[in-house]
Amino acid sequence: MNAWIAKQQYLIDFTLSSLARRKAKNLGLLIVYTLIVFLLASVMLFTHALRHEAAHVLDGAPEVVLQRMVAGRHDLIPPGYLERLGRIRGVQNKEGRLWGYYYDPVVKANYTFMVPNREPVPAGTLVVGAALAKARGLAVGNVISFRSYSGKLFGFSVARILSPDTELVSADLVLLNEGDFRNFFEIAPGYFTDIALSVANPQEVRNVATKLAQQFPDSRPILRDEILRTYESIFNWREGIVLALASLAILAFAIFAWEKASGLSAEEKREIGILKAIGWETGDVIKMKFWEGALVSLAAFVFGYVLAYLHVFHTSAMLFTPVLKGWAVLYPHFDLPPVIDGFQVATLFFFTVFPYAAATLVPIWRAAITDPDSVMR
Amino acid sequence: MIELTDIRKAFNQGRENEFHALGGIDLQLPAQRVTALRGPSGSGKTTLLSIIGCLSRPTSGRVRLKGQDISGLPERFLTDIRRQTFGFVFQQFNLIKGLSALENVMLPAYPLGGDWRELHEKAQRLLGDLRLSHRREARVEWLSGGEQQRVAIARALINDPEIIIADEPTANLDTALSMEFMAILEKLSASGKTVILTSHDPLVVDSSIVHQVVDMRDGRVVRQDTTRNTMESPA
Ligand SMILES: Nc1ncnc2c1ncn2[C@@H]1O[C@H](COP(=O)(O)OP(=O)(O)OP(=O)(O)O)[C@@H](O)[C@H]1O
Ligand SMILES: [Mg+2]
Repeated sequence: MNAWIAKQQYLIDFTLSSLARRKAKNLGLLIVYTLIVFLLASVMLFTHALRHEAAHVLDGAPEVVLQRMVAGRHDLIPPGYLERLGRIRGVQNKEGRLWGYYYDPVVKANYTFMVPNREPVPAGTLVVGAALAKARGLAVGNVISFRSYSGKLFGFSVARILSPDTELVSADLVLLNEGDFRNFFEIAPGYFTDIALSVANPQEVRNVATKLAQQFPDSRPILRDEILRTYESIFNWREGIVLALASLAILAFAIFAWEKASGLSAEEKREIGILKAIGWETGDVIKMKFWEGALVSLAAFVFGYVLAYLHVFHTSAMLFTPVLKGWAVLYPHFDLPPVIDGFQVATLFFFTVFPYAAATLVPIWRAAITDPDSVMR
Repeated sequence: MIELTDIRKAFNQGRENEFHALGGIDLQLPAQRVTALRGPSGSGKTTLLSIIGCLSRPTSGRVRLKGQDISGLPERFLTDIRRQTFGFVFQQFNLIKGLSALENVMLPAYPLGGDWRELHEKAQRLLGDLRLSHRREARVEWLSGGEQQRVAIARALINDPEIIIADEPTANLDTALSMEFMAILEKLSASGKTVILTSHDPLVVDSSIVHQVVDMRDGRVVRQDTTRNTMESPA
């Protein structure tokens, strides 16, 4: 047993010194390999975290939103609709919502103006998202003015800045008083942007939607599950683009690995012969050589994954921001909460470490099973 | 010690370029003696030496080592025998580049998994005996031909083999270094090792250190000169 352990130690020692002896080759391999793992892992971590985050955000959203349509376009809910909604079974709560978009030419970005239904904002003041505050250089107490769509100038003072924790949702958010909102966008009292309904039992959501469609033929119910699905497909699509690029990288890597791995250099073949001739068993030689490849690919996997983690969760995936997000200008700095999916890690591991190890093993095995008498020549 | 019966070796068997390198060799190699295989180039000396040293198998025929028939043994056992019984000094030395002289010497003992300190000391002692202590940390590719050969000899001795096999040991050495090799050979022989070597170098085959010369031609033994075995085994 002791001898067995000592033997493994000798093997590991020799493996490490072999790696060190072929520094240039192994270092080059390590760098390329790490880069590939880094790219793939970044995509996976990023999209996974984003999807996770989006689902999390929608958790707080109402189950059903009713929008009125005029000529196929979203229009304001006229007075009286909310009252007519009265008695639909399963609807726990209903409220008219007021929100809209505002384009700020100063920073060339769209804000979401919104009237909160809980904790109303005092008239003349605003609560703003952290990214927006930063973009406009706002602090609590500052006064900011916006020119409304009708050309009038409105001044507000900043009452509060939203915590950056919720940045994905609130980056571009401006919360304001109902009266201010109606004045700013010139929306008469009684009108709403849409109606939010909460339905406690998920089984009843479809029924509620059907009833709404019957009762208000000019309106369209939007289900949260549908939004969720839309998000999913958007993410999948974006992920698909990046993965298509990544698969090119994988292909290049596969060729590279195959070249590196399948052609043992004459020097390496000779070494295998020498080791066998001086009494190493075929199994020992294969083990040693296998560990050489495995150590490189394992190290690359770990480095690549850690780098990807730092990239996605500490630099906000700055390399991908243009491709993967791209739906708002005001998201320069949102930090996704770190999420790691074990299955993804396993998949990545399987598709990077495994093929390389296998590719290296074949030629080694072939070299190792031949008679060692070639070293005599 | 080693008995060869009707050893034949064919390369590329069944193919167009089939070639019979050994055509039925019967030979006795006594223990604790120095035997030299001599013959023109291509006569099959190296091929025969590989078979004796369990580096390859004969196409047919029997190899007996200390009475045990080893020609039919599976690869694993042959490796064990090779490691325990034989020490090799190759013509090209076959040291592993990038490793130090000391590491090269220790290499054959790794699969045995012995104590590192003991192994280390033993390797140093062997290098010291061969006057290489001062070069032990040097990478082998920086050593001169004579030094490399002495490293190779030390490596051949690390597992205390009974039989030393050397293929053209003086082919890459000048006269002075060849003489030095013969002196080492004499010591090995005096310490009880069996030595089997190939050579066309008169300095080797005509030396009194060699007890027995086997002449080969075209894959056959043409003459086995045991008469010159005048020197008794030096105790
Ligand atoms: N792997 C091989 N495949 C085909 N032919 C081989 C192989 N190895 C040796 N031979 C042939 O077998 C014959 C004997 O070769 P061997 O190397 O044993 O000769 P040798 O007596 O050692 O010659 P030298 O004195 O030149 O070293 C040669 O003709 C050689 O070409
Ligand atoms: Mg030869």
